[in-house]
Amino acid sequence: MHYRSTSYRIFSIVNGIFLSLLALLCILPLVHVLAVSLSSSTAADANLVKLWPIGFTTDAYKVTLGNDRFMSSFGISVLRTVLGTGLSLLLSILVGYALSKEINEFKGRDMYAWFFVFTMLFSGGLIPTYIVVQKMGLINSIWALVLPGAMSVYNTILLMNFFRTAVPKALEEAAFIDGAGHFRALRSIYLPISLPSLATISLFTMVGHWNAWFDGLIYITDAAKYPMSTLLQTIVVQRDLSSMSVSADEIQALSNRTVKTAQIFIATLPIILVYPFLQRFFVKGIVLGSVKE
Amino acid sequence: MRGSRLKTREKQAWKWSTTWPLHLMLLPGIVIVLVFCYLPMFGLVMAFQDFQPHLGFFRSEWIGLENFRLMFEYPDARQVIWNTFLIASLKIIAHLIVPFVFALLLNEVRKIMLKRVIQTFVYLPHFLSWVILGGILLDMLSTDGGLVNQLLGLFGLEPVFFLGDGTWFRITVIVSDVWKDFGFSTIIFLAALAGVNPEMYEAAVIDGANRWRQVLSITIPTMIPIAVVVATLSLGNILNAGFDQIFNLYNPLVYEKGDIIDTYVYRVGLIGGDFGFGTAVGVFKSIVSLVLITISYRLAYKLAGYRIF
Repeated sequence: MHYRSTSYRIFSIVNGIFLSLLALLCILPLVHVLAVSLSSSTAADANLVKLWPIGFTTDAYKVTLGNDRFMSSFGISVLRTVLGTGLSLLLSILVGYALSKEINEFKGRDMYAWFFVFTMLFSGGLIPTYIVVQKMGLINSIWALVLPGAMSVYNTILLMNFFRTAVPKALEEAAFIDGAGHFRALRSIYLPISLPSLATISLFTMVGHWNAWFDGLIYITDAAKYPMSTLLQTIVVQRDLSSMSVSADEIQALSNRTVKTAQIFIATLPIILVYPFLQRFFVKGIVLGSVKE
Repeated sequence: MRGSRLKTREKQAWKWSTTWPLHLMLLPGIVIVLVFCYLPMFGLVMAFQDFQPHLGFFRSEWIGLENFRLMFEYPDARQVIWNTFLIASLKIIAHLIVPFVFALLLNEVRKIMLKRVIQTFVYLPHFLSWVILGGILLDMLSTDGGLVNQLLGLFGLEPVFFLGDGTWFRITVIVSDVWKDFGFSTIIFLAALAGVNPEMYEAAVIDGANRWRQVLSITIPTMIPIAVVVATLSLGNILNAGFDQIFNLYNPLVYEKGDIIDTYVYRVGLIGGDFGFGTAVGVFKSIVSLVLITISYRLAYKLAGYRIF
């Protein structure tokens, strides 16, 4: 009834327009970058491009995709994302399962839990961690990008809580009576039930690995082994082209504004591609249980 | 008979023969955490040493609290601590207010399609890294023809040196951070609002409450407990001003007003090679954070019954 009052109707329209503008504001920078990357360099350098390409050309993408250094860093990022997500997921599942047991079933559970949680509260910090990674001989190895963050306590707690609440106790007990062990119960009961939760966690971890750049900057000293985010950081943000072993002509081409925006867009593309799936899962994952129809 | 069976089952559960798989499952995680989280903590002794890499932990000279004394005496270190605190606090406040108001307004959008489209757009920036956004912002905010300054020009305003002037740098950092994450932070409020029983609104309508009255008496009170949790938990972040963001946006021109503890530790400690001093600054931050996190979790539990596990 009150939805029909004139003042509420006016508010609704104004509100809708305001929020739509706000939403557009969130994607316009990306649209601008895409437009610049598809424009001719002369138009881009003269700052003529706003939200639509001027002098449409895909040259910037040809230059970027034809650059071996850029493409190999793309490959390293993919490898890192696959390795890192797989390992991280495996560890979270194992630890999450063990910690989901009650203290009377599993003596020592609380001690283990605090052992992990403490690392969320206190850490050695940047420099000591760097020294450990260095002493282990991981500098310039892809494992330096994968191992230090492999155990995500946050994800583990999420999974643990999911295991505790979503898996019926009776189902597990039935399995144990039928002679299943913990590994069997985890594989045949817990994992199938937890698929939505696992999907959410893996997608977040994937995005995290894809976007990570700082560890590449400090642990990788050979620029030929940079993951893409790190390479992008040095070219686009630090404007340092020394990591690209290229000729003067190529430097000219690579420092071009259209090429830089093309690189930014290529790095964003995988995220934009998984984003629709991601969004479906995380909104469900977070809102699940609190929605009333 | 039944009692004794229960007892034996309980006893069995304690037995190694049934719990060994659990210990085994924990093993890989423990090894990783030991090596990459606990081992570095021993490195914290560097904070009390005049650490020289070629001498190592055992032969470097012990200097007690000298590094910490320097930290409070160096004008630039004090400035850095102040910057961190200031930028982080402003971010925390902004991250509380903007998502709260945005969730309230979004909750009033009745057209489901429009609501979904808005949500899809506003969540997106959260998933882009500060390298990408840094690249975009450097381009859009530049003084020679960046899109934002062109826009200001249309209104007859002088170009603003967003990333080269200390005060503007701080403003840019806070605004762009809110821009990146306000949408995503809204999710938690929307989840709370989705849980409101529609009958409450119906009852309010029968009692003659208009929409504004309903928002005041039902919607806002629903969001308050979550807001309290968010506010108290963010207390632990008061020294986290956002390394990724600052690092990708700053330059020597704005070190004075933009440098934060994390970027300072990287520059002075890791790049400058002053490991002992850098570690001391890091230890200071870790300890303050630990204390604040502990307090904030207790507060969140007391005020809103929130627990991690």
